[in-house]
Amino acid sequence: MFDDLTHYNFSLPSEWHGVSLPLLVPYVAIVCFLGFSLGLVPLLVWMERTVIAFIQDRIGPNRVGPRGLFQTVADSIKLFFKEEIRPKSVDVRIYYLAPVLAAFTALAGSAVLPWQFIPFHDAAGRIFSVPFTVGDVNIGLLYILAMSSLQVYGVVLAGWSSNNKYSLLGGLRAAAQLISYELSMGLALLCVIVLAGSLKLSDIVQAQNIKPFGIESLPDILKGSFFSWFWLGSLGVPVVLYTIAMIAETNRAPFDLPEAESELVAGFHTEYTSMKFAMFFMSEYISMLTVCGLNAAVFWGGSLPPLNIWPLTAVPGAFWFILKIMMGIFFYIWLRGTLPRLRYDALMNLGWKRMLPLGLVWLFLLAGLNLLREPNDGPVPPNPNAVPQVQSAERN
Amino acid sequence: MLTASYILFWILALIGIGSALMVVLARNPVRSALFLVVTFLTVAVLYITLSAQFLAAVQVMVYAGAIMVLFLFVIMLLNLSAPEALKERGTIQRPIALILGAMFITALIFSQALLEMPTKAAHAEEIANLGTVQTIGLSLYNPNLPWLFPFEITSILLLIAVIGAIVLAKRKLD
Repeated sequence: MFDDLTHYNFSLPSEWHGVSLPLLVPYVAIVCFLGFSLGLVPLLVWMERTVIAFIQDRIGPNRVGPRGLFQTVADSIKLFFKEEIRPKSVDVRIYYLAPVLAAFTALAGSAVLPWQFIPFHDAAGRIFSVPFTVGDVNIGLLYILAMSSLQVYGVVLAGWSSNNKYSLLGGLRAAAQLISYELSMGLALLCVIVLAGSLKLSDIVQAQNIKPFGIESLPDILKGSFFSWFWLGSLGVPVVLYTIAMIAETNRAPFDLPEAESELVAGFHTEYTSMKFAMFFMSEYISMLTVCGLNAAVFWGGSLPPLNIWPLTAVPGAFWFILKIMMGIFFYIWLRGTLPRLRYDALMNLGWKRMLPLGLVWLFLLAGLNLLREPNDGPVPPNPNAVPQVQSAERN
Repeated sequence: MLTASYILFWILALIGIGSALMVVLARNPVRSALFLVVTFLTVAVLYITLSAQFLAAVQVMVYAGAIMVLFLFVIMLLNLSAPEALKERGTIQRPIALILGAMFITALIFSQALLEMPTKAAHAEEIANLGTVQTIGLSLYNPNLPWLFPFEITSILLLIAVIGAIVLAKRKLD
């Protein structure tokens, strides 16, 4: 299944001292992902504080380490050693379960993101590429949506178990907000599925490795370039819908109503102290990484370089992928520094009355255009006699 | 014969049935709802062990991710945390439930469903592709197979439910 996604001239052997290297990829990926997402959180917090300070014309963190880089490390050590306070009348088990659930669901989502394609060659010299991901499952997109829909539990349970009105209101707001914006998110992703014809994330990235709009007469330099990624391939609207929905899904400004400090103290994590609060904080940043990773993979070409010319193609795909994720994170921070918080009814209006109908219309439009482009009857249906065979497994 | 999949099945089955029991036995409605979520997730993992990946993802998304969140939402909004509010007094629900449950188990035992389980697997490749999105899509929308019509009928059913919900909500508003 080699296609010139991997522009490198080298490839790894698929067998090394009797160990099959492609089979090891998921295990290496697990370690890399956990290290990456957990290790990057302090850096992201530093980045957020620095950029916000720049936007607001302040100095920002500048005491601990060069340019205040170790400020968040110091903060996390402080959080570790802070006194653990539990209010008297909380529902104890659920109160402790909630931050764990939040962190777990945030981490689990990133498992299917394709970071890079690693070329291998087998004994016969044939080259094939293996996506560097924990599981390149054929339900990749659905898996990420499922995990992000589970993320609401951490927030809702935290709000309920704290036995505090403000917390409960924050939790309820989070539940309503997540359910509403999941629909627009799903519709925006459906537009891409129509174009790529697959739910597997590595297939979606590979489907963007074409000339813009599939026009073959364009020069080679544009193949798999900035202009052939799905942000343009889906005619611009789904990426806007997805980006708005992803900000709402992660409860970030301007959609941070579940923790609106001017109305709800700190929303669902009002009653949480020390490391439990840190886990909510961490899960927010990790889920930002995940949704930005999905945005990068689905709309912005994943590990593809922005132009198909030599010095860019020689850079490993993971670099481009991480760069695109970081641009997403920067966008988050930029928005937080720029936009005021939405009112609750405006939030619901935007989700249900603007984004949802627009997403539906765009899905139909893209499906129709796709049919015009390839006027066929879709994939060949399987032989009707073949399917019953699969179902009636041999009986005794 | 203790293969890995056999052990996995029993672990999942115990968790699933245990949490299903806790749904009924737990005093606190929020706990009940959470145990129901655990049951749904266990069933989703069971689907994956049967290589029905699409079904597993939909199970998590629809049941655990959407329906149960709405359940929790309602429970929290009504604040049903006090168990006294839920105590039922002398209904005939319990004896009827017992009788119906006994009938269901009897029907299961005497039906051919439990006796005629497939004991031998089909080809490994066929099994691996059985639950993929593509296979399900191709069989669901294939006019030569009998599933297109029930699928369309289901969509009309869902549409009726949506319209019904809107009508009910509107009537209260007016």
